[in-house]
Amino acid sequence: MEPVTPTQPDLQTGDIRAPRLRPPLPLFLLQPILRRIVTRIAAQNPDMFNRLGPHRSANFIIDVKGLPFALHLRPDPDDLLFRAVPRNRKPVADAEIRGGFLDLLGLVDGESDGDALFFSRDLVITGNTEAVVCLRNALDDVDGSIAAEVADMFGPPGRAMLSAMRRASARRKN
Amino acid sequence: MQRPELVCPAGTPAAMRTAVEAGADAVYCGFQNATNARNFPGLNFTPDELERSIAHAHEHGTKVLLAINTFPPAGKVDLWREAIDLGARLGVDAYIVADIGVADYIARNHPDIRLHLSVQAAASSPEAINWYCREFGVKRVVLPRILTVSEIKQIASEIPCEIETFIFGNHGLMVEGRCSLTNYITGQSTNYDGVCSPAADVEYRRDEEGNLSTRLGDFTIDCFSCNETAGYPTICKGRYLTPARDKGYYAFEEPISLNLSSLLPDLMAAGVNALKIEGRQRSRAYVRNVVSSFRKAVDAIMAGQEPPLADLIALTEGQKQTEGAFKSKTWR
Amino acid sequence: MKPNLTIGPILFHWPAEKKLEFYARIAEEAPVDTVYLGEVVCSKRSPFFEQYYEDVAERLTKAGKTVVFSSLAEIMLKRERNMMAGFCEIDSHEIEINDASALWHLDGHKFRVGPLMNAYNEETLRYLAGQGATHFAMPTELPGSSVAIMARAAQDVGASCEVQVFGRAQLALSARCYHARAHGRIKDNCQFVCELDPDGMPLRTLDGNDFLAINGIQTLSHKYINLMAELPQLREIGITHFRLVPQDVDMVAVAEIWRAALDGVIDPEEGQQRLDALNLPAAFANGFWHGQAGVRKVAVERALAGL
Repeated sequence: MEPVTPTQPDLQTGDIRAPRLRPPLPLFLLQPILRRIVTRIAAQNPDMFNRLGPHRSANFIIDVKGLPFALHLRPDPDDLLFRAVPRNRKPVADAEIRGGFLDLLGLVDGESDGDALFFSRDLVITGNTEAVVCLRNALDDVDGSIAAEVADMFGPPGRAMLSAMRRASARRKN
Repeated sequence: MQRPELVCPAGTPAAMRTAVEAGADAVYCGFQNATNARNFPGLNFTPDELERSIAHAHEHGTKVLLAINTFPPAGKVDLWREAIDLGARLGVDAYIVADIGVADYIARNHPDIRLHLSVQAAASSPEAINWYCREFGVKRVVLPRILTVSEIKQIASEIPCEIETFIFGNHGLMVEGRCSLTNYITGQSTNYDGVCSPAADVEYRRDEEGNLSTRLGDFTIDCFSCNETAGYPTICKGRYLTPARDKGYYAFEEPISLNLSSLLPDLMAAGVNALKIEGRQRSRAYVRNVVSSFRKAVDAIMAGQEPPLADLIALTEGQKQTEGAFKSKTWR
Repeated sequence: MKPNLTIGPILFHWPAEKKLEFYARIAEEAPVDTVYLGEVVCSKRSPFFEQYYEDVAERLTKAGKTVVFSSLAEIMLKRERNMMAGFCEIDSHEIEINDASALWHLDGHKFRVGPLMNAYNEETLRYLAGQGATHFAMPTELPGSSVAIMARAAQDVGASCEVQVFGRAQLALSARCYHARAHGRIKDNCQFVCELDPDGMPLRTLDGNDFLAINGIQTLSHKYINLMAELPQLREIGITHFRLVPQDVDMVAVAEIWRAALDGVIDPEEGQQRLDALNLPAAFANGFWHGQAGVRKVAVERALAGL
């Protein structure tokens, strides 16, 4: 795993202290949206958590290339957490998943294959490999598309955004 | 030429529905325990899930084959019997088995359900296959991925049962059912725990230059520089040192996948009754792409047309594909 | 029953003279009861020694050893199928089979089940006993807890049970020859390059750790299995046969140590000290027996408590 900064945000309270030198990102604006997303997905796919087994309480960092922050996910239905964290203040996590935005979108859209992305090195995982495999299998057993479920939450603008991103992804593959 | 059955992987209920919708004639799957050879975390079916999935598959005319294809170690046979009895209650169309004791149990207790001999049984000669057919009434053998098309044709002419061969997916190097490499390093057996390179023992270490080293248990099994493609973290796909080589080399095989799409007409002409796609551990996206590609190819060949061979390379390991042993003996 | 010390088939491609010398010493000097003969790994190697088996078997028999012939483990080519058919007609000695194709030919004849036959449980054991099996060599990776059940099941059907107590673990078989591959060749034009490595071709990890040993189409452990410390336990659960797999070391010296330990002349602790004193080329492992990673060396007190 990549070395992490010695001052860690508190994992239980989700408290994120602002980085010292650069002006803080306004992540607080994002947190309620992320919370709504994860709560909705969890409510719509309750069976998904069974596939996580003991790893439902694992902390995952999802580091999306190009985003100004990383995502912190704990897929525990009793203690759900999905929030943005500054990349230079990532909490200690069980596993980290790193990849490009469109690749990761493809995964939650049911359009990409995790193994294939791994073979091409577009997806890099570190830490607890079994937890990542469980998460991948849990997400993959959701019929339809998690990406579409999220887009639906935001109505027509959300769906328009998703189709635009899907087109971008398709263009890149061709 | 008879129409071959397209046999497709299902690691989850969603993957099974995807395979059914993409045109699978049959799907194969297993329970969430050591009774099947893909006993991976977060994968496979609970009894309830299997019951619902069988109903859906049968509505669409797709058969469901239950993999009970590991070897119960002495003292744990009951788990395998329970899985078999449960499969019968849920209405599976066939069992895929490897162990002699397991085959005997099914032949005695569920004689009406078809028995397929798993690749894990490593039956690679007509004599071995004939013995299983005679003793247990095996209806189909899944041939090891080590035979050439002409050898398959020869076998087909000497056995009383159907033949199933792999056409796409992970390219196993060791004779399946005869490999204890994972157990030697991790304490988990491929043959009786149903795992190969268990994720819990796999660790990826990334250095500052972006090189990725893969570790299994206490051993480094490979190291990829940042511009190299990667493969499954299995011992047989790793790089090692030996005195005859001046640097690390793929001692067994490179990360590469099996893709027999160009040999499909030959396999069908050789009398292969069923074509198997590997990958219960893969995603719905993989299942959809691979199954629909091969569905189109098989249908085209049956219609006397040139098969449209979609490019499946992106889904292959190390982004490389091979016809392995099937095309020529030089692979050996 | 008096414990039976056995010498497994030579797994490596030793030149004929080396094999002759080996069996001459085993016949004259090694305090073993049973010797398994035959090429198990590669059908291409078989012709090199075929002409000598009769003499070697006779010599061993005269020296009071029981001779058993072991079959090939991988049967695929026409040549191999014919070899297996011929093998199953041997009636001068007992035979040990390592591939299911033999079962088709044997059809009622008595046979031994080799360690590569995947007899993992009591049901399979009973079924094979019904087919004529009289003796079961346990799969290398089967843990002691399961072997104990197998030993009881074997007794129930009047069969005996054997465990490999010394030598490299046989971990995998392939259709591809990895010896040829290492030397940029393929199996069909291998030129018997495996002869260069009489104790297997070492594979080390990229960071330089000993890992595996290649023997043609076979992959072996680098470490030698050694169940000396487990010997009392093996005896107690009813194991009757104790197999030493030949390595390119002084096997007579190895056999003497095991004989002394089996006969109670020395205790396992002394047996271990004497094995250590041989300064063998690889470390010892016993993990499989304890249901752990095969590469591990489990301390025995812990081991006994675990079973």
